[in-house]
Amino acid sequence: MIRTEHLVKSFDGRVVLDDINAEFDKGKTNLIIGQSGSGKTVLLKSIVGLFPIDSGKIYYNDICYTDLNFKERKEIRKDIGMIFQGGALLDSSTVEENVRLPLDLFSTMTPAEKLDRVNFCLDRVNLHDANRLYPSELSGGMVKRVAIARAIVLNPKYLFCDEPNSGLDPMTSVVIDNLIKEITEEYQITTIINTHDMNSVMEIGEKIIFIHDGKKWWEGTKHDIMQSNNKELNDFVFASAMAKRAKMNAETCEKRA
Amino acid sequence: MKLFELIGKYFILMSKVFSRPEKFYIYRRRIFDEMDALGFNSIGIVAIVSVFMGAVITLQMAINLESPFIPKSLIGYATRESMFLEFSSTVVALILAGKVGSNIASEIGTMRITEQIDALEIMGVNSASYLILPKIVSMVFFFPFLTIFSMAVGIFGGYLISIATGILNPESYLDGLWYDFRPYSITYSLIKAAVFGFLITSISGFYGYFARGNSLEVGRASTKAVVVSSIFILIFNLILTQLFLI
Repeated sequence: MIRTEHLVKSFDGRVVLDDINAEFDKGKTNLIIGQSGSGKTVLLKSIVGLFPIDSGKIYYNDICYTDLNFKERKEIRKDIGMIFQGGALLDSSTVEENVRLPLDLFSTMTPAEKLDRVNFCLDRVNLHDANRLYPSELSGGMVKRVAIARAIVLNPKYLFCDEPNSGLDPMTSVVIDNLIKEITEEYQITTIINTHDMNSVMEIGEKIIFIHDGKKWWEGTKHDIMQSNNKELNDFVFASAMAKRAKMNAETCEKRA
Repeated sequence: MKLFELIGKYFILMSKVFSRPEKFYIYRRRIFDEMDALGFNSIGIVAIVSVFMGAVITLQMAINLESPFIPKSLIGYATRESMFLEFSSTVVALILAGKVGSNIASEIGTMRITEQIDALEIMGVNSASYLILPKIVSMVFFFPFLTIFSMAVGIFGGYLISIATGILNPESYLDGLWYDFRPYSITYSLIKAAVFGFLITSISGFYGYFARGNSLEVGRASTKAVVVSSIFILIFNLILTQLFLI
């Protein structure tokens, strides 16, 4: 479980996150949604410690992350896996080397054990015979899958995904979403996904937090979204014609019932 | 004020770079990779520049020392001193500041803007040390070898031009090479090379590591790295000459 209390973050005097109180549950896919520029990525990067926060507290299973020193944080970071928007694979390393890197640095496994673990993780994300390829030789979906494999190679307790579907076609997006959900449930990870893809929200959003203008505006499940009267949330969720139609259909069904 | 901030940031980064590595064997492997990428890949340009400079120095000396009172062997002596004391360490360092410096700054800068450095940090890796330390160590060790190589190739260039043009007797040239030979000149040059290797890699690593924004910023960081490295090479050349030769 991850919890934030009164989290505030600003850049050059401009408040980007204002008094964020949120709880992200273990074994669930927790989604942070919001428009571009609403502060989603800043929230995610503040929670993992990439951005120092101005005030507030961040807890990882009741350990106050904000009170820890660099060395103590490092121990928690070994339990964190993160999938970045662009994959963030090391360009000069092959797929195998990218996935193996955390093992090389933090495990006492033998080379054979490491290779087994790397192959297991690559199999888990349905990536076969790609060990010797470089990131430049991979498609967008493959890059994301390698990033997932690298993120789970050390059996993390916490998984952070920054817009895992950006730049992917709808079919690949569904594959990535389902993969993250499966991994979350299988290994009982606390997963936080940052997205503005409504398909992902309706597909895997077990707990959703809506960020608007740097504030937490709404919290609920994917089922609650359809019934919400929150104007800003509705403006965001039903911005596309398809989503509007889905809501109208839901309302019609409700009336008939 | 900004200058002090910059100097402070540089030293804070260096303290991170020289902190205890996670696993030595990974760093050892990376040092050899960097020696290959930064050092071995520079042999070609060092060879080309050195052979031509050695030849040009020999030609110019031969043209300007057209006096019956000055022995021809002095041309070899002057070529050797020019190559050993200044060219093979300082001028080659300036050339490598352009080649290696821009390479390091753009590589690390690109890693910064594509979040690869963030990914390393999230894994719990000391990204500054992991990325910059192997480059510094490899260049500090390899640059002196490049300097020795440049000295040998430059002197060979002078010998070749003496044969090709007949402007002086090759035997006189070889005699001049051994005239008043002091091995300390080589030691001095190698010390300078190691210092310049450190300056190029640490300054370029610094500008790359703190690159922000987009590809334009990476380009700017790369240019700044080359300019600042070159200026510091010249300043330290003066300081080291004062310290070791006077």
